Amino acid sequence: MHLPTPCGPVSSHVIESLSGRGTASAPATAGGGSVLTDRDAQLALWTTYELSFRGFEGVDPSREWDIGLIELRLALESRFEAELRAVTDERVVAGVSRDGDVGDLVLALVQDDDGPHLSSYLRRDATADQMRDYLRERSVQQLKESDPQAFLVPRLQGAAKVALAELQYDEFGAGTPSRLHQDMYARTLAAVGLEPAYGAYVDEVSAISLASANVMSMFALNRRLVAAGVGHFAAFEASSSVPSRRVSAGLDRLGLSAAAEYFDEHVEADAVHEQVAARDICGSVVREDPGLLGEVVFGVICALHLDALSGVELLTRFGAMDTPGTHAAAS
Amino acid sequence: MSRAVRLQACPRGPVLVRGADVVVDADGAEHAVTRPVVALCACDRSARKPWCDGTHKAITDDRR
Repeated sequence: MHLPTPCGPVSSHVIESLSGRGTASAPATAGGGSVLTDRDAQLALWTTYELSFRGFEGVDPSREWDIGLIELRLALESRFEAELRAVTDERVVAGVSRDGDVGDLVLALVQDDDGPHLSSYLRRDATADQMRDYLRERSVQQLKESDPQAFLVPRLQGAAKVALAELQYDEFGAGTPSRLHQDMYARTLAAVGLEPAYGAYVDEVSAISLASANVMSMFALNRRLVAAGVGHFAAFEASSSVPSRRVSAGLDRLGLSAAAEYFDEHVEADAVHEQVAARDICGSVVREDPGLLGEVVFGVICALHLDALSGVELLTRFGAMDTPGTHAAAS
Repeated sequence: MSRAVRLQACPRGPVLVRGADVVVDADGAEHAVTRPVVALCACDRSARKPWCDGTHKAITDDRR
């Protein structure tokens, strides 16, 4: 993968440093606005994270542990996490106060979420170009599907570790390379005429799309956030099965059935995964340490919040936020 | 690999099955198990029986 194109002072600093044309001093990262919608900050974060995933052509792999870049990453993560905690605080407090089984709670939080109805629009109304736009925006996270969560495995123990490994085995193809989910997504991109290569659309996707990928890396690469990572993962899995069925139907409607394999797979796979992730992973983590419930719920609400922001962004771009059945994201 | 078949009933959801090779549906048709764990429809509303497709969530909504 080539280094992305900078889009501001922070990403310029990171990318020029990695390309060997770096300036000595890092720019200020403590901007005043929202970091969720700050494309410069999210691209800088994404680029530093990729040093721990696939890396970049021509960049020395040892730069993964470059002290200056790690410092910059920590400063960006500090802003990112603080904003996520602030915008989710009310819903996290309300979620934690609900009694009952952890698995039931996680699934109920997702089901009760009143986010924008992006998948319903994709099923019924989207044009082929709008469908491609959606698939392109999701590509930065789906082409590394489940890769961040693999970093959670050694940070868990007992029943939670067993359940995550079982779920990951399915995500990573269940022993059959052609069933590797991230590669199935690449085939979906190719089937609709998009570029399937990892990172191909990093220069085109929005700050929210980058943030949606980055939040998984932040939770997975910081051991102190492991419980938020499993909560996020469970919410992600639990908001996939029914939407996947709608996207698959939308692709069929548009004559793009060849691209539907990935979504057909996820109707069944995520009907399983949502139960395993909510009950066996989150449930076991909280059983082991009841004090982690708030962090699990924080992860769940982060996933719902980013999904809502992305849904509003795409529906607005499609001129569809006035469609009956769509709602603005809860702030 | 041989191991005991294990069933896990999920409240208001499917039945998770681990360790099975084949599931026989209500019409007698055999469905190979290709995942480490599969979810069997328990609400009778799935469009992909015998597998769960998440439709039980809509039923829960209807009852509210």
